[in-house]
Amino acid sequence: MADLKQLYDAILNGDHKTAVAVTKQALSDGTAPMELITKYMSPAMDEVGRRFECEEYFVPELLLSGRAMKGALELLQPLLVASGAAPAGRVVIGTVKGDLHDIGKNLVASMLEGAGFEVRDLGADVSPERFVTAVREHKPDLVCLSALLTVTMPAMRDVVDALKAAGLRDRVRVLVGGAPVTSEFANEIGADAYAENAGVAVTFARRLTR
Amino acid sequence: MTTSSITISDPAALVFGIASKPVKCGFELTIGGGEVYPEVNFTLPPLKISEELWPTVLTHYRTIGSEVLRRALALQVPGIVLEFELLPAMTERPEWGAEITSILHEQMEASWQKSGLHSALRVTPTDIREQGKPPALRESDPARRLLRSFQLNAAAGAHILSVESIGGKEIHDQALMYGDVRGVVFALGVLAPRDMAWLWDQITAICRSHGSLVAGGDSACAFANTAMQLAHQHLLPEVLAAVVRAMGAARSLVAFEHGAVGPSKDCAYEGPVLKVITGCPISMEGKSAACAHFSPVGNIAAAMCDLWSNESVQNIRLLSGNAPEVFTEVLAYDCRLMNEAAKRGGAVTLRNWMVASDEWLSPQAAVLSPDATIEIAKAIVGASGDYSRTVAAGRVALKILRGGLSDKRLHLNKKECQWLDRIEREFDALPVDEWTLLDEMRETYSDLFDARSYGLAARKCSG
Repeated sequence: MADLKQLYDAILNGDHKTAVAVTKQALSDGTAPMELITKYMSPAMDEVGRRFECEEYFVPELLLSGRAMKGALELLQPLLVASGAAPAGRVVIGTVKGDLHDIGKNLVASMLEGAGFEVRDLGADVSPERFVTAVREHKPDLVCLSALLTVTMPAMRDVVDALKAAGLRDRVRVLVGGAPVTSEFANEIGADAYAENAGVAVTFARRLTR
Repeated sequence: MTTSSITISDPAALVFGIASKPVKCGFELTIGGGEVYPEVNFTLPPLKISEELWPTVLTHYRTIGSEVLRRALALQVPGIVLEFELLPAMTERPEWGAEITSILHEQMEASWQKSGLHSALRVTPTDIREQGKPPALRESDPARRLLRSFQLNAAAGAHILSVESIGGKEIHDQALMYGDVRGVVFALGVLAPRDMAWLWDQITAICRSHGSLVAGGDSACAFANTAMQLAHQHLLPEVLAAVVRAMGAARSLVAFEHGAVGPSKDCAYEGPVLKVITGCPISMEGKSAACAHFSPVGNIAAAMCDLWSNESVQNIRLLSGNAPEVFTEVLAYDCRLMNEAAKRGGAVTLRNWMVASDEWLSPQAAVLSPDATIEIAKAIVGASGDYSRTVAAGRVALKILRGGLSDKRLHLNKKECQWLDRIEREFDALPVDEWTLLDEMRETYSDLFDARSYGLAARKCSG
């Protein structure tokens, strides 16, 4: 029998190998996937989130925990799909047209994945048309837009306008972020919210999908 | 050319305004010849760069150029450098960037002819090659546009060419976020130097073909400044950012080994190490670049600079004028104080105050003191090959931080101390040769980088 406390610890400590091994063992022991999630995996990630919030963890610890969680979840995914369970939410994310900076966007994407969201990362220098196509295709709950340059901030408005023109704006929430972006700017271009950092982005995504 | 010795070994000789190998460029400006000059940087306010708005863009740059030069003359600066850092769209369309270079050059020439203002124009195209996954750094349309941008800007009147090259960044970003020291070392010590050698051979060839055009230098901005900003947000340990900075010096040195002569880029906080090794002048930024970003090295960064920069500021209205003009004044007074101290024989005293005021308040400042930079520089030139140099620089940074901890000058919390240990363990576990690491990294990061972009065989190497 798998010691399921080990699954909790493995996720908390970012130990991907152990998280996967214990999950495999637990499934072969006949443990229900939802029990693994609700009793061990989610509480571990909640603790990871708490430690990150109070600055006991840096991003590497957070992301390694997210990776361990994802590894275990991948084993459960087929079983969850069969039982009709859904991810925490769906997100399309990208850095807007003309901007090649992507580390902030990557951080948000990784943290959302760690929090159980299904994330479609479109990369950097993404045109409004590609955002529209991705929204049509993946039907996300949330679109996240990133920009680091003052001169690419207007491209965020272009995405919001393109979503409106395509009749998709009412179906998704739009979250914007990046060094020069402000809450006022988010309001001005018709976005739903501004996230000053990756943690706030995850909080917003969670609130949205609850 | 591989550097095997340092140029400045006496900390007393490592001071602002003086470089062993001054650079003469532009309108009779000698950088590193005894005085520190402002290097003013600027960017646009929120504005879409498009065909329709291009006249507005040009108006912004014309305004910036004339106002910066006007304030410089009003303050009687002995010399000034303007840096035009292209925005991505201006490198994507190289003719656009060159048009602005030409405008700024004409304005500076007019100030020289009319008022005798010594000046130089640094032009820094954006490294736009980081497109596609994995990016094709050598054989791609963005790579061709980047090189064309250097050529056109050279022809349009640039006096100094620089770049913040991004080779290795595709691995480094990921490795940094996961705290993967092996990946960080691989990016900085194996990939980046190969890309820089390729790129800088071409930049220096362009400079040679334009006579007096100077190959300035590169910056580990995409690596060490990313780490610095993430550390500022408490997302990464400061000790890791400090170690990355030291390792970044080994990387940025490659530009000088392939023809750069300085002044190195302002955002290359590793500049003092480069100055120690090469004797070339450096540009630095610190407290007067708070308009652009946070740094924990505001004073110490000035201690050894030859140009003093504000990094970047938007062309927006402030009470005394537009921001680039305002920051010209800020920098001018910073430089005036340093130059006056030097005239009175007090350069080392002022430098020491600058160093002491920052040195042990942050691990990132601790690796930038004159003593620390000489130590890091010695470790770099004492090692053979880019990979070994990178690791050697990182190890010395760790040693400096441990030294500060043990004599209680540096205070780190438990979490930061744990990371010191972790980084050291990862250094200890690194393979002796880069080929073993390369083979390993091909497995770990296979989808993120293309070996051909670095002149490496597409398949596994055995050495």
